[in-house]
Amino acid sequence: MSADGHRIDSAEDDALRAVLDTPDHVRTRGALANTLSFAWRALLKIKHTPEQLFDILVTPIMFTVIFTYLFGGALAGSTGDYLQFLLPGMLAQTVVFTTIYTGFTLNGDIGKGVYDRFRSMPIWPPAPIVGAMVGDLMRYTISSLIVIIVGLLMGYRPPAGIPGVIGAVLLLNVFALGIGWIFTTIGLLVRSASTVMTLSWLALMPLTFASNIYVDPATMPAWLQAFVRINPVALLVTAIRGLMNGNVTLAQLGWAVFAPAVIATVCAPLTMWLYRRKR
Amino acid sequence: MPTDAAIETQGLLKHFGSTRAVDGIDLLVQRGSIYGVLGPNGAGKTTAVRMLATLLPADGGEARVLGHDLAREPRRIRELISLTGQFASVDEDLSASENLVLLARLLGYSRAAARTRSESLLGAFGLAEAANRQAKQFSGGMRRRLDIAASLVCRPQLLFLDEPTTGLDPRSRNQVWDIVRTLAAAGTTVLLTTQYLEEADQLADRIAVIDHGRVIAEGTSEQLKSRVGSSVLKLRFRTVADRQRAAALLDLEPESSAQADPDPRMLVVQLPASSQATPLLTRLAAANIEASEFSLGQPSLDEVFFALTGQPATAEDNDVGEAA
Repeated sequence: MSADGHRIDSAEDDALRAVLDTPDHVRTRGALANTLSFAWRALLKIKHTPEQLFDILVTPIMFTVIFTYLFGGALAGSTGDYLQFLLPGMLAQTVVFTTIYTGFTLNGDIGKGVYDRFRSMPIWPPAPIVGAMVGDLMRYTISSLIVIIVGLLMGYRPPAGIPGVIGAVLLLNVFALGIGWIFTTIGLLVRSASTVMTLSWLALMPLTFASNIYVDPATMPAWLQAFVRINPVALLVTAIRGLMNGNVTLAQLGWAVFAPAVIATVCAPLTMWLYRRKR
Repeated sequence: MPTDAAIETQGLLKHFGSTRAVDGIDLLVQRGSIYGVLGPNGAGKTTAVRMLATLLPADGGEARVLGHDLAREPRRIRELISLTGQFASVDEDLSASENLVLLARLLGYSRAAARTRSESLLGAFGLAEAANRQAKQFSGGMRRRLDIAASLVCRPQLLFLDEPTTGLDPRSRNQVWDIVRTLAAAGTTVLLTTQYLEEADQLADRIAVIDHGRVIAEGTSEQLKSRVGSSVLKLRFRTVADRQRAAALLDLEPESSAQADPDPRMLVVQLPASSQATPLLTRLAAANIEASEFSLGQPSLDEVFFALTGQPATAEDNDVGEAA
């Protein structure tokens, strides 16, 4: 032992030998257990940087308040009536906007060395990505609850009561989990996180504004009405309104999850293919 | 053809576009040994490790890792290896203990067992007090120890360490060396890459020197040094003429050391042993040639490359593979 620097002392050396003297047997676990471990990782990240929740806390409050008081009188005669119409749509818009973070976060995360470690481990390969998306469900639920609370404070009353609200939040989570795969694909395809943001906004802007969130499409020109009829966000909003008003149909629910199902079917394998090729 | 080797490759190949990052590498790493892969930036070390650790598919050649075919049984191999990458291979946003608990949970530990395992690893690596701090607040040496601890959540049969001491201060470097020695003594095979001959010499049982994706020399540290010289004596003279006289006296080709060092008054002499430095200096003194400065040390990577290839080591952009 030379004197040119501090050596690990002998107590630590013994401790090192002791930790090495463990069964070297890896017990591989199933896809679900792996996914839940990564969901836990996503929640830990929120715990360590709670400021990333700021966006999803403030944006929905701002939008709900501004749109209600800005358009309420002009569009529906009173802000109270407009809020009854707008709130389910705001709920959908808020969650759809929040899905962008899935791609944004993945893009920043994937370049880190820790993914090399994950990929050299005997785990279900999609678990790091699926787990992050499951962790995101927490964000969607938080932002939904905020919109609902703000709405309640402003005078919104859900006609179908609590079950309708719970149904709406569940449907929003299913929708977000499905379309999230578009953003994981974008997140893996482009180099910088800010490009992910820009592309995602470009895709989401027409889908949210050319929809039935703010106004009844009856006054729109025919071509725009045709677009709204097939717009996945509009189909979602219709189902959310149905759930919260207590008059949802099975067909509405089916159409609401149709686009997310198609997107997941196409983009989930695409995401995994890109992930395997990464680096 | 199953063998008892930890790693056995034949003609391992990887190219990115027109760049042959790994250009036909044959390696044989015995179980329980420390194997050093020595080379400059861009030589293909990291690409080779990434292939052997199942992260990158090979474009050609064959490889068996711990008796399993690399192309056909990557999942079996992943159960037996650990990788400590060149860049932080822990999650910097998470605390040290959360990192280890996460990995332990992924590898089949129960919640309680994962916590216990994390605590004993942190204790063994001198990180107990930093357990609840985020990894991004760690110093380079602490982060490296956490990186290695993360690779030992389950004891691997084969551990890849990609440039484990690059960028570390001497004290942290010595700690990492101690850890590697202890690991090997406990029976874990270690494959480490390095840019430092001294590191390979200190740790490795066998060394492969690679350049441009090829193995240009392979053997024990002793064998390598017998080709390269175990010591390098650097002499600096007052005048270029003195240097020429000294080179003539010592029977050296002046061009060879001139290439190794651009300073025209500098003479670089490779010696088979450091004990031969004194007689050499005596001979110079007897001939009345005075060296203004001299130093004795191990050959640098550049000098190793110069001795092996007659050319200086060429550093290339190491990111060729990363972008592809």
